[in-house]
Amino acid sequence: MNQLPLLSILTFTPLIGAILLLFVNKNSHGVLRTVAMAVTVVTFVLSLPLITGYNAPGTDIGGFQFIENVPWIAAGPFQMSYHLGIDGISLWLVILTTFIMPISILSTYTAVEEKVKEYMICLLLLEVGMIGTFISLDLFLFYIYWEVMLIPMYFMIGIWGGKNRIYAAVKFFIYTAVGSLLMLVALISLYFKAGGGDFSIIRFWELNLDPTTQMWMFLAFALAFAIKVPMFPLHTWLPDAHTEAPTAGSVILAAVMLKCGTYGYVRFAMPLFPEASAQFTPLIATLSVIGIIYASLVAMVQQDVKKLVAYSSVAHLGFVMLGLYALNTQGVTGGMLQMLNHGVSTGALFLIVGFIYERRHTRQISDFGGLAKQMPVFATMFMIVTFSSIGLPGTNGFVGEFLVLLGSFESSLRWYAIIATSGVILSAVYMLWMFQRVMFGELKNPKNQTLKDLNAREVAIMLPLLFLIFFLGVYPRPIIDSMAPSIDKLIAHTKVQKQVAQVAAPAAPQLPAGHVAVPGLPEEHPALPATQEVK
Amino acid sequence: METIAMPAINLAVVMPEILLSCIAMVLLLVNVFVPGNNKAYLGYLSIIGLAVTAASVVNGWGPSVSAFNGAVVQDNFATFFKIIFLVSAGLAVLISDKYMAQEECNQGELYPLILFATVGMMLMAAGTDMMVIFLGLELLSICLYVLAGFNRASVKSNEAGLKYFLLGAFSTGFLLYGMALTYGATGSTKIQAISAFVMGNPSVASNPLFVVGMLLIATGFSFKIAAAPFHMWTPDVYQGAPTPVTAFMSAGPKAAGFAAFLRVMIFAFPMLKAEWGQLLWILAVLTMTVGNIIALSQDNVKRMLAYSSIAHAGYALVGFTATNAEGAAGILFYMLSYAFMNIGAFAVVVLIGKKGESNGNVQDLAGFGHKKPLLAAILSIFLLSLAGMPPTAGFIGKFYLFSAAIKSGYLWLAIIGVLNSAASLYYYLRVMVFMYMKDPTEEFDWAGATPAIALCLLLSVGATLALGVVPGTVLALAQKAVLF
Repeated sequence: MNQLPLLSILTFTPLIGAILLLFVNKNSHGVLRTVAMAVTVVTFVLSLPLITGYNAPGTDIGGFQFIENVPWIAAGPFQMSYHLGIDGISLWLVILTTFIMPISILSTYTAVEEKVKEYMICLLLLEVGMIGTFISLDLFLFYIYWEVMLIPMYFMIGIWGGKNRIYAAVKFFIYTAVGSLLMLVALISLYFKAGGGDFSIIRFWELNLDPTTQMWMFLAFALAFAIKVPMFPLHTWLPDAHTEAPTAGSVILAAVMLKCGTYGYVRFAMPLFPEASAQFTPLIATLSVIGIIYASLVAMVQQDVKKLVAYSSVAHLGFVMLGLYALNTQGVTGGMLQMLNHGVSTGALFLIVGFIYERRHTRQISDFGGLAKQMPVFATMFMIVTFSSIGLPGTNGFVGEFLVLLGSFESSLRWYAIIATSGVILSAVYMLWMFQRVMFGELKNPKNQTLKDLNAREVAIMLPLLFLIFFLGVYPRPIIDSMAPSIDKLIAHTKVQKQVAQVAAPAAPQLPAGHVAVPGLPEEHPALPATQEVK
Repeated sequence: METIAMPAINLAVVMPEILLSCIAMVLLLVNVFVPGNNKAYLGYLSIIGLAVTAASVVNGWGPSVSAFNGAVVQDNFATFFKIIFLVSAGLAVLISDKYMAQEECNQGELYPLILFATVGMMLMAAGTDMMVIFLGLELLSICLYVLAGFNRASVKSNEAGLKYFLLGAFSTGFLLYGMALTYGATGSTKIQAISAFVMGNPSVASNPLFVVGMLLIATGFSFKIAAAPFHMWTPDVYQGAPTPVTAFMSAGPKAAGFAAFLRVMIFAFPMLKAEWGQLLWILAVLTMTVGNIIALSQDNVKRMLAYSSIAHAGYALVGFTATNAEGAAGILFYMLSYAFMNIGAFAVVVLIGKKGESNGNVQDLAGFGHKKPLLAAILSIFLLSLAGMPPTAGFIGKFYLFSAAIKSGYLWLAIIGVLNSAASLYYYLRVMVFMYMKDPTEEFDWAGATPAIALCLLLSVGATLALGVVPGTVLALAQKAVLF
């Protein structure tokens, strides 16, 4: 490794920014905002070389790049390393994170007037946690970043949130912590099953665990991720958290933090426990579909715009999960794209809700109506984002949703796909209905008659997102291409393991534990010796 | 003429104890002869004394040396624990001055008492004879009885002293009775001799004398480490005792209890792992759960920390149950981390409290986070560490304790442990909720930190974070300390 430790630089730039902010006077809001903004912009710029340097087709298929691997803790039986790297899957999530952060910070310029210093520090620490989560290749390191993410978000919801903020913050924290802690137990058992060494996931992928172990560990990991996603019926913390969080918090929560859950499935739960993953596919698909339909129906009856968007998040993530578990190229690609799309569209939706909330200090749909006449620019942007969220062709949402449905239709999840399709229709119903009630009709409420249209700063916040909505909708090729090798590797890995398991299963009872030499097997299955190597 | 065989005496082994005792006695004299009400200089002298002792303790790191015919040993295990005791004592001394002056009970005896208690703890960790362990324990306990009731003007402090004395005397009785029975069954009080006897006569395991002795010893130690169901004294004593003493008691003596408990169980009864593994399993679950559940409903911060300290003894017992080197090393690491994070938390409590310990409830902390952002942030770090959130010492400690249990096959114990951690989050978060998310109901003017407390906070916060981010060196030392 003779290149710059780009990933470390990326993680610690926001941390340095947060430390810098400690020394700024708490009353000079302008300086605080500018520094935070500058730090996140720098982080974003620093993340761009990842795209240009990531040599997608050909050279390093599906492997990790920008690797940094330094021994960290070595005591007793454990060896943790500071092991970073990205592949086509995490690359775009890192970019999404660094991209969303400046936008979120820009959106807080007028939204947050109190305790600005603490707010900015929280935002920057959050960025550290999120980037770290996506780039860690050491499970222990991953866990630390995963947990670190909770703390600033807890404070953001609890300090700057709405009326029920304390309830929402504590619920958010404890809900997610319970899942993570069980994952910690599974993580430690996994480590002992691997027979020591280090916590590198690349090594853990090669383990051939017996089905029962896989089942329990999968359940523990999947629970932690399912809470984060959130999947039905573990989603109840999300509407609370979203509704109470300040705008930037909601944007980050929706755009990035929920992706940590789905990312967890792709990176850990599925490749580490392929058999169990296959075994639980029907369950996960069922929960995803219930999530899609149920959340859409609940979204339909919401009176609060933000709550509606929160429930739509649950539905969208149902699509992501369905796509991932289709476990074919279209499905996984669709799921991955939907992760990015949801980040862009729902992030934008929360910003839009934030704009009208800042103006009117209410989010009740019934308080609005006819805003389109008063705020034409806002109306246009809102409409584009709405279409993107519904998945209208030409916008980003369409490509992802289409691939997800295509993939799951072609896999064993055909019937789930058919039911999920109705979710697309439902999403059109609740989004358009909401849009109509807020933007069209008569401008009755006198308070709404004096509303100002978006100012330059707000337009500047929205433009990059709108650009992405169209760009990803029309030309998602570069992203799909760079993801493809990693996705192929994931699918191949998960499927090969499955075949090995199926073949080896009948023979297993006759063999004592640790017995590797199965006569005849190596000839028929050349892939076997490598994976059954005893360490 | 018959010659009396002189036992091998090696005073160098007990040098740190002798040193610290001398310093304590000198302090007593100094206190008498130097007039004036300002006792702060005694605190500084104690710190110097503790530092000198620490240097002499560290000097003993290396191969084990036995002395007094196998009654006392200087090994890495004892050395590591002695450092924990000295750290606890030092941090407690740093936070004493302000509190004692404020409560107007600033008698100079406080510091020598803390030092004598530390000597007792050091003997407990170094003792390889039941009698030496007992002597150390008594020296420690008698000092603590006085310390708990140190605020003579306060009814609560008096109650704490009396309660601790009565229940402490009970537990001492259990322990001594257990030691006597074990002596009856095995013919020795020396740990090595007991171990040899048990190995030579496996039938002793079914000797009621021996079994009851072992159980009584375990009961006695459980009292000392405040394991449920022997924890009843803890909340009242912890709440009633002067806060710096509480901080000291929750870290040092608890670690000393674990040191002696570990040594007796692992050395004297190694053949009976399976039997007392079961016992500890139940003890661990009870202790964690009882501590956490009752802590959930506490409004008084000190009392909440008292119950949480019961829960923390439970986590340490999880590592104990594992009965492997990882578990023992985990306890060592955890006790060190706990000394920093818990005494640190108590230091903030000292700063917050007014005379008579008003301001002691979580509700009184409303708005603290915005009035005193730095102190609140520091307290939050301690609380998150106590809750076991990364990247803090508390997380690494729990990670090692639980992983030791998993390695020994106590998977369910680890799961109960993490669920307990999740429950504990609620009451630690509650403090933060009040600090950051509620506005003050009435205006408090919280005091600023005195230099001594600032130093204590700085050391504690630094250690809590350093042990969380780069724990490698200390973990390796802990690992070496348990390779007997």
